Amino acid sequence: MRVIPIAAPSAADGACSEGDGQVPKLDLPLVRREFLKGSGVLMGTIAAGSALAALAPSSAWAAELKTLSTAEGQALMKMGRALYPHKKLADAVYALLAKDLDGKAGGDAATAKLLRDGIAALNKAAGGNFAKASAKKQLEIVKGIEGQPFFNTVRGQCITSLYDNDMAYATFGYPGSAWEKGGYITRGFQDLKWLPAPPLDASPKPWFG
Amino acid sequence: MAKFDMGDDSVVVIIGSGAGGGTLANELCQKGVKVVVLEAGATQSNASFINDEWKSFVQLAWLDARTTSGNWRIAKDFAGLPAWICKTVGGTTTHWAGASLRLQEHEFRVKTHYGDIAGANLQDWPLTLKDLEPWYAKAEDKMGVTRTNGIPGLPGNNNFKVMYAGAKRLGYKEVHTGRMAINSQPRDDRGRCLQLGFCFQGCKSGAKWSTLYTELPKAEKTGNMDLRPESHVTRIEHNEAGKVTGVIYYDKDGKEQRQKARIVCVAGNSIETPRLLLLSASAKFKDGLANSSGQVGRNYMRHMTGSVYAAFKNPVHMYRGTTMAGIIRDEATHDTKRGFAGGYEMETLSLGVPFMAAFLNPGGWGEDFAWWMDHYTQMAGMWLVGEDMPRETNRVTLNDKVKDKWGNAVPNVHFDDHDNDIAMRNHAFRQGERVYQAAGAIKTFRTPPYPSTHNLGTCRMGSSASSSVCNAFGQTHDIPNLFISDGSQFTTGGAENPTLTIVTLAIRQADQIAKQMNARTI
Repeated sequence: MRVIPIAAPSAADGACSEGDGQVPKLDLPLVRREFLKGSGVLMGTIAAGSALAALAPSSAWAAELKTLSTAEGQALMKMGRALYPHKKLADAVYALLAKDLDGKAGGDAATAKLLRDGIAALNKAAGGNFAKASAKKQLEIVKGIEGQPFFNTVRGQCITSLYDNDMAYATFGYPGSAWEKGGYITRGFQDLKWLPAPPLDASPKPWFG
Repeated sequence: MAKFDMGDDSVVVIIGSGAGGGTLANELCQKGVKVVVLEAGATQSNASFINDEWKSFVQLAWLDARTTSGNWRIAKDFAGLPAWICKTVGGTTTHWAGASLRLQEHEFRVKTHYGDIAGANLQDWPLTLKDLEPWYAKAEDKMGVTRTNGIPGLPGNNNFKVMYAGAKRLGYKEVHTGRMAINSQPRDDRGRCLQLGFCFQGCKSGAKWSTLYTELPKAEKTGNMDLRPESHVTRIEHNEAGKVTGVIYYDKDGKEQRQKARIVCVAGNSIETPRLLLLSASAKFKDGLANSSGQVGRNYMRHMTGSVYAAFKNPVHMYRGTTMAGIIRDEATHDTKRGFAGGYEMETLSLGVPFMAAFLNPGGWGEDFAWWMDHYTQMAGMWLVGEDMPRETNRVTLNDKVKDKWGNAVPNVHFDDHDNDIAMRNHAFRQGERVYQAAGAIKTFRTPPYPSTHNLGTCRMGSSASSSVCNAFGQTHDIPNLFISDGSQFTTGGAENPTLTIVTLAIRQADQIAKQMNARTI
């Protein structure tokens, strides 16, 4: 499972605190050095009181791009949201999509060109800046390119980038690994109360020795 | 662990260590037969299994290149992944869900019961349920199947509660937590199920039967087994007399090896098994080994499958607990009034968020898709699994255009749904939706088949050497010391999850091999 590096750019005292273990610790000075080398950076904040607040050491997040520009990253984030519009899913998760696509672009010139050309076409269709267009317009533009290689690449990447990370788990209410917690044998595997319990011949009691 | 010499031609070589190969190895070792098990995958353990869908997939799944063709949706959505099966010690018994149902009497004799169906290559099995009953009993005892041998059923989870309520309101009669090779209480030195919810990712508690930590360690204890992980067999060799003499494989260091053998048993699952026979073609056997019938690779079956997911107003948390401990059996009968031959089972199933995103509606996007993911905790799910029609044209062939890392042609899996499969799937979808509607669903969704876990039939058994590959013991008609030891043997698929029958056939085959070895007929 991956998480977006969540950093507090304003903090001056080095490393973040560990949080509850689900967000890796970042050496901030190092992060800043990498930002200087990068081609772009995506930043934002997580709404106070959201499911993610507990995961993050700070409400601010940042993701570095190494090949694509900040504007290109922002366009991909918006395209991700047009494809998979989750009101509750934070921008930080859509930034993972941009970061993962940026990673692919960094390793393969053909992918970089596919993405750059695709983003340019999105911008053109939006009359200049896709990321700034209305959600309705963005959806209309994305629909118009359905099935094209650029569309397929971005949509396919969404499946793992958007849904296979701790922030998505927290948002959708999926706890992930159960082994460390002893499974659900004593943690509600049959706690549903809004339907009648099946009889014992259909569903015997759990064994507790 | 025993170590046998490469030149020792008294050993039985078993290719694959899953339900068929792993069971066969232990059964033979218990009888004092020396066995070399060649397993393509690496060794994992309960400790190394991962409660994370993608990471576990990469750890366990068979990801060597494969290609697909045909009108099945898999060829479009998962063109390089026709099957979700495993490349690891223990094979797909690491991944299976544990459902252990006997095939029904009529399912061994479908040609007799269903008659001729256009476009289907139906045949009766060369054995009956009665023949298999004593062997089924041994398999159930070995695997610790619930609701057999006095073993209580598993406790139902929330997903089962929803299934049960809906099924009963709809009038279904046979609904319970299934016959599962998952300990409901400690047995055979393994603990009881902890309701982890990660059955598909390798059972970390060991409650689920897998050859990895049952059959194989027991075989090892006899001193008769030499298990060689990361050993990929590329060819079976034979002599002038047409008997097999050994196998060529690449070991864990990538070095080519030749292991001699008295008998070779192939249990590589229904894609790799026929592929290996085809790759072993020679001047004497131009169409591949044991293929005088031309049936090697044909009649590929993958069960009629599909899933129904439903969303409710209230939380379900279907991911908690044993994935498949829940079944409705009423539709498993053969009743042509429904518009198709054969039947299907309805079994609880859930996916985590990562795999739900990948499999709910492959290629899907937009508001509807997002709505389902937003309702993840309120979802219940079931898998539909039924008999599909064997077709000669549904087959595994060698794709010479794509080579694996050893330079061998990869398998192509061609599959066209038969009209009977489609009619059954539509019926099953409708009934699954009705179950959930009866339980109060606010919305239901028909999820298309996942990459196949039930791969069957590509070296079918039969009474005639001209229309089948092996006999009722899995012994190939053409080569008496070459055996098929996995689900490839299935003449037809039945509606039931196949592992119990694969294990049953392996126990019976071991008995036959030992008898023939003692009688010196092989």
